[in-house]
Amino acid sequence: MTQLESPATTTSLHTVEVSVNGQARSAEVEARMLLAHFLRQTLGLTGTHIGCDTTSCGACAVLVDGTPVKSCTMLAVQAHGAEITTVEGLAEGGRLHPIQQAFHEQHGLQCGFCTPGMMLTSVAFLKENPSPTDEEIRWALSGQLCRCTGYQNIVNAVQAAATTMREA
Amino acid sequence: MYPSRFEYLAPTSVEEVIAALGEREGAKVMAGGQSLIPVLKLRVASVDTVVDVNRVAGLDILEEADGELRIGALVRHAEAERSPLLQKRYGLLGATARLVADPLVRNRGTICGSLAHSDPQGDWGSAMLAARGSVVARGPNGERTIPVDELSLGPFMTTLQPDELITEVRVPDPGPRTGGAYLKLERKVGDFATAAVAVQVTLDNGNVGEVGIGLTGVGPTNLRASAAEDALRGSEPTDEAIAAAARLAAESAEPQSDNRGTADYKRNVVRVYCERGLRTAISAARAGEE
Repeated sequence: MTQLESPATTTSLHTVEVSVNGQARSAEVEARMLLAHFLRQTLGLTGTHIGCDTTSCGACAVLVDGTPVKSCTMLAVQAHGAEITTVEGLAEGGRLHPIQQAFHEQHGLQCGFCTPGMMLTSVAFLKENPSPTDEEIRWALSGQLCRCTGYQNIVNAVQAAATTMREA
Repeated sequence: MYPSRFEYLAPTSVEEVIAALGEREGAKVMAGGQSLIPVLKLRVASVDTVVDVNRVAGLDILEEADGELRIGALVRHAEAERSPLLQKRYGLLGATARLVADPLVRNRGTICGSLAHSDPQGDWGSAMLAARGSVVARGPNGERTIPVDELSLGPFMTTLQPDELITEVRVPDPGPRTGGAYLKLERKVGDFATAAVAVQVTLDNGNVGEVGIGLTGVGPTNLRASAAEDALRGSEPTDEAIAAAARLAAESAEPQSDNRGTADYKRNVVRVYCERGLRTAISAARAGEE
């Protein structure tokens, strides 16, 4: 590892082929392009929010092959061949996903900035643990910050979604 | 934020990784990238070539074989957290996995990557000191085993050669009457540790047979609290002996005052967490398999 700017001046491009919300997408990108920027700028999916940009807040969380990750801390090229779900992929046929419905009904958001990441992580978590305790929900979401301090209603929303999804 | 430009290779075999590291100056291995990508974005560091090992086959091994636990270079913290192998006699490792960073980082970051990064705030360095782990480093001239005690030279500096890759970390089976604990004080989930203590104890006829104690965030590297280990080894784990060992561990810490606390405060956290960790580990060892 060397200090200061890299001497590499030429830019080689890499092909990224991914499935995003069930649609095949591909683009030529620089290796340094982050997955968050790829989704927002290259694909125009601006529902993925960039909060802290330093791997602390989880606003940029998306699902990569079903697993929630911070898209500001993954290179777009690393997602080549993966299936990605963003918040735009949650609703189906004009119907809100149960997690979206629950965040709406339980007032699980105020400004909404952290909401896409919170919901995507919750979807992956509920798949693994369909009947969680409040404590388990808090643990699962502990990598994500809500600066409106709406955590209690976020937990309520995840519980409500869990109930809906169990009954579905 | 963007990292500065770098070339990117994604080899599919260990041999190709080592060749790429040897051919290119300023090349760096990326596994989970949960430390490397942030430092590249902040431009604290830059690399000429990123050698991404995520597509290398065979590095995701997590198994117990021939009296050793083997954890491959692509085993993520989250897998370790969920693995039934990392319980009971390897309970220290399971306890550590649960406290690394936050759940999303744990989904990407790797144990071997954390060791190679050699951050004195890293959790795995201390856990592997306490568990007496060794990393397997593969280079152009074959493989060598480096005890974790001999891996870190200082913050972000290791004894690895630039063309070596850690392919796995191995932890010796400590035996049935073993318990462990990892205790960490952090201001919030995912923050660097104010201080943390890793403890592993193996009992022998009720006395302390083997003991390992590693300290996080209180020195230029993860530290082994050797004096505390020596004082306990072979002795009866009485309240007095545990308290005395915890004081020795605190004395061996080399903390610095910063916005997470004063040096004195961190030293005291080490003492308290070491005492609690020893108690937890000893009772787990007593409850351990016959």
